[in-house]
Amino acid sequence: MRRFAKLYAELDRTASTLAKREAMAAYLREAPPADAAWAVHVLAGGKLRRLATATELRQALAEATGYADWLIEDSYQHVGDLAETIALMLPPGDGSLGEVPLHVWLEQHLPALAKLDSAERIATLQSWWLALKPEQVFLLNKLITGALRVGVSQRLVVQALAAWSGQPTDLIAHRLSGTWKPTSRALAALAAPVGEDEHLADRPYPFFLASPLEGEVTALGDPRDWLAEWKWDGIRAQLMWREGRAGLWSRGEERLDGRFPEIEQAAASLPMDGVLDGELLAWDVQTARPLPFTALQKRIGKLKPGPKLLAGTPVRFMAYDLIECAGEDLRERPLHERRARLTELLEPTDTALMLSPALVADAWDALTAERTHARERQTEGLMLKRLDSPYRVGRKRGDWWKWKVDPHTLDAVLLYAQPGHGRRAGLFTDYSFGVWDGDELVTVAKAYSGLDDAEIARLDRWIRAHTIERFGPVRAVEPLHVFELAFEAVQLSGRHKSGVAVRFPRIARWRTDKQPADADHLDDLRRLATG
Amino acid sequence: MPDDLLLPRPQGLYCPAGDFFIDPMEPVRRAVVTHAHADHARSGSGHYDVAAAGLGLMRERLGQDASITAHGYGEAFRHGPVTVSLHPAGHVLGSAQVRMELDGRVVVVSGDYKRDPDPTCEPFEPVRCDVFVTESTFGLPVYRWPPMDAVIDELSAWWGDCARRGVPAVLFCYALGKAQRILAELAVRTERTVHLHGAMLRLVEQYREAGVRMVPTEPVSESARGRDFAGELIMAPPSAAGSPWMKRFAKASTGFASGWMQIRGSRRRRGYDRGFVVSDHADWPGLLQSVQQSGARRIYITHGDGETLIRHLRDLGHDAQPLRLLRERDSESGG
Ligand SMILES: [Zn+2]
Ligand SMILES: [Zn+2]
Repeated sequence: MRRFAKLYAELDRTASTLAKREAMAAYLREAPPADAAWAVHVLAGGKLRRLATATELRQALAEATGYADWLIEDSYQHVGDLAETIALMLPPGDGSLGEVPLHVWLEQHLPALAKLDSAERIATLQSWWLALKPEQVFLLNKLITGALRVGVSQRLVVQALAAWSGQPTDLIAHRLSGTWKPTSRALAALAAPVGEDEHLADRPYPFFLASPLEGEVTALGDPRDWLAEWKWDGIRAQLMWREGRAGLWSRGEERLDGRFPEIEQAAASLPMDGVLDGELLAWDVQTARPLPFTALQKRIGKLKPGPKLLAGTPVRFMAYDLIECAGEDLRERPLHERRARLTELLEPTDTALMLSPALVADAWDALTAERTHARERQTEGLMLKRLDSPYRVGRKRGDWWKWKVDPHTLDAVLLYAQPGHGRRAGLFTDYSFGVWDGDELVTVAKAYSGLDDAEIARLDRWIRAHTIERFGPVRAVEPLHVFELAFEAVQLSGRHKSGVAVRFPRIARWRTDKQPADADHLDDLRRLATG
Repeated sequence: MPDDLLLPRPQGLYCPAGDFFIDPMEPVRRAVVTHAHADHARSGSGHYDVAAAGLGLMRERLGQDASITAHGYGEAFRHGPVTVSLHPAGHVLGSAQVRMELDGRVVVVSGDYKRDPDPTCEPFEPVRCDVFVTESTFGLPVYRWPPMDAVIDELSAWWGDCARRGVPAVLFCYALGKAQRILAELAVRTERTVHLHGAMLRLVEQYREAGVRMVPTEPVSESARGRDFAGELIMAPPSAAGSPWMKRFAKASTGFASGWMQIRGSRRRRGYDRGFVVSDHADWPGLLQSVQQSGARRIYITHGDGETLIRHLRDLGHDAQPLRLLRERDSESGG
C-alpha cells in the first residue's frame, strides 16, 4: 500500500495532467499486477463499499489519542476532512503495515472489517493506524469510507494505461468499460495485443458523443452528406443481444439489466446477435410520442417493475446505430452502411425496439423548418450525423452534432453547496456547478432553484454525508451528481476563472442517469460564447 | 490582567512597574523587542532593548540611528524595580523570550518561538515562571511538524525533478528566518548556488555576518537578462508570487514553505504546485511542552486564535486565559 499511497499523494498535489499521467504510468510499471489492478479500479472511479461510519472513525481516534471529542471536532472543523484529520492527529506510526500489498488490503483485510461488530471494528482500525505512516492512514481511511477522490478522469487513467501497455487508448477504453474486475489477469488482458479470441462480449462499446452545433448549419456543407434525426430526450444506452443473452448499458456505463424487461424481451426477437446504440424513452402509446423525462425517471429507479408500472409507463428503445452485428465490429464502417443494416435488422420486429426515423431533406431550409416542430414531438431538436462517418470513441468533434431547439442547456457537476435563506434556511439549496476543462472541473454557474422539496431534502442529506472540504458555510462535495442547467446566454468573461459567464442559470433537472464524465466541457461553452 | 508586571494596552503589552512595552505597535518611550519580524519590531520608539544576537537584523528594521541596547541571553538588566532578561526563543536569529521579575514573582513573555532544531539560531530555553504568556499560531493538534530532514529530502527531490524537466523551481517563503533556515539546511547536502529575490539579500547577508553557514547565494537581479533559470532553485517572498518579477521564470514550478502547508485544503487553495511544511512557530506538542516546562500557575495565550488550546489546557487543569492584543495580521512571520 506504501506505493499506492505515494502515488495518491503525487496525484493529489499536482494540477498538471501530464504529471498525473506520468505518475500513473510509472506506478503501473513498478507495482505488482495484483496491486496495480486495484489501483486502476480505484483511480478509474470504481465503487468502494463504505466499511465504517464517521462515528466509528471518530470513536477510534478518540480512543487512540486520548483526545476529547470536542478537540477532535474542533480539529475536524479546521481541516474539513475526517480521513485527513485522523492522519494528522495520530502519533505517526512505523509504517510496517504499509508493506502489506494493496490487493491484500482490498481483498482480505477490508472485507473482513465489514464482518466485525462495531467494537471490534474500532479496535482493528486503531491497530492498523498505529502501524501506518500518516499518508497511508489517510489513504486507508479514504478506502474505508468509500470516498477516494484523486482528481483524475477515467480518460486520463485510460491514457496512462495506454502509455504503459503500448495499446491504443480506444482499445483500452473498451476493455475497461462495463464491469471490469480488478485482478492481475484482467490487468494483463487490458495490456495485451488484440487477440483472436478476445471476448469483449460483456462490455458495451465506448459511446460516440455529439457536440453542440454552433454557428450556421449551412457551414456543414451539402445537406445530402448528412443524416438528420430527432434528438431524443431520454437515456442514451447500448442494447446488446449476444449468444442468447440481453444486456443494457447506460452511457454512464451503468448496467440497466432487469429494469426494462420489455426491452430485453424485444432484443430476444432480433434475428441475429448485435449491439445497438439508441435512446430509452418512456412512451405514450396513444400519441406515439415520448412521455416527459420525469416519467422515465420512475422506471430507472425500479429494479423489477411490477405489471402496473409496466403498463402505465411503457418504455421503448429508439435505436439509431448498429455497432456490432453477428459478432462483427462495425465501428469502422460508414454510418450509411450501419444504418442500412440496422434498418434491416429491425424491420421484422414490431416490439419495444424502434428505429429512430431519418429525416430526409436536400436543403437546410427544410430541416430548419422541421426543427421548429421538435418540442411538439417531445424532442430537443435535431441530430446531424455525417453519413460516411465511423462510430468514434468519446467526444470527437466534426461528425456528430446536436442541433438543439433551445441550445441553452448544459450538463454540469455539483461541486459546492451553501445553505439558503428564508423558507429553506438551514437546508443546502444554493449550488455551484462545474464543467470539464481538460481533467479538472471548473465552476461555471451558481443556481438556487429548479428542484422540488423532496429533491432538495434528498440532496441536502447527500451533501452532508459527502462533504470533502468546508470553507465557512460553503461545502465542497464529492463531484458525483450531474444536473442539467438551463440558461439565457453565455459570454466570454475575464472576471470569471472559467473565462465564461453563464447568464441566469437554473436547474432543469437532476440527471441521475448521468455520470460526472458525461458533463459538458468548457470548450463547448467557450465556442457557444464566441459563436 | 491581575499583574502589575504586565498589562495589555492598545499599543501592546505594557509593564507598569518598569514602564516599558514589549513589541509595541506604535512608538513608545521604552520598548523591549523580542525579534526582528515586522509585526514585532517597529521603528520610532525612544529606546530599544534587544538580544545581542539579533542586533544586526534590528538595525535593518529600526534604523541605524535608533537608540538600542543589546543584551546577551540571560543577562539581567533593570527597568525601575523590575529585573529583565532575554532568553532564546528559537524562532529566528536573535529572537528572545522576555523574563520579568518583581518581588520574587516571574512573568515570561514567549514572543514567537519554536521547539524544533534550527541551525540559524539558539534553541528555545525553557524558563520557569509564575505567569507564562505564549503564542498559539498553530494551536490545534493537527499541527505536528515533520522532521526537518524529511522536508529537506522532499524539497531536494522537487529541485531535482525540476532540473530533470528543465524548469526553474521557485520557492516562496518568508524573507527573514525561514529563507535562511532552508539555506542553512540545504548546506548540509549541497554546495549549489541558490538565487535570491532582492527582498532577501540584506537579511541573508546579516545571517552570514552572524556566522550562519548557508549554501552560496546570488541575487536574481545580477543575472544577465534572458538568463535561463532551468533547473535552478530561486527563493522569493510570497509577495512576489504572481508579480511581473516572475516573468523571467518561464514554466516555473512553484513551492511554498509554511506551517499552513500541513493541511491539504490550504495547499490546494493557495495554488502553489508544492507545499512544504516548514514553520518557525511551535507546533501543538511544542506548545504543550513549553507550557508544562514553564511550571506557570497561569497561562495567557496570544497570537492566533487560541480557543482550542485554552480549552485543552483547562481540561488538563491549567489556569489558561486569552490575552487579546490588537496586533495586525502577521505579515512576515506568519506560518
Ligand atoms: Zn515572528
Ligand atoms: Zn509574530
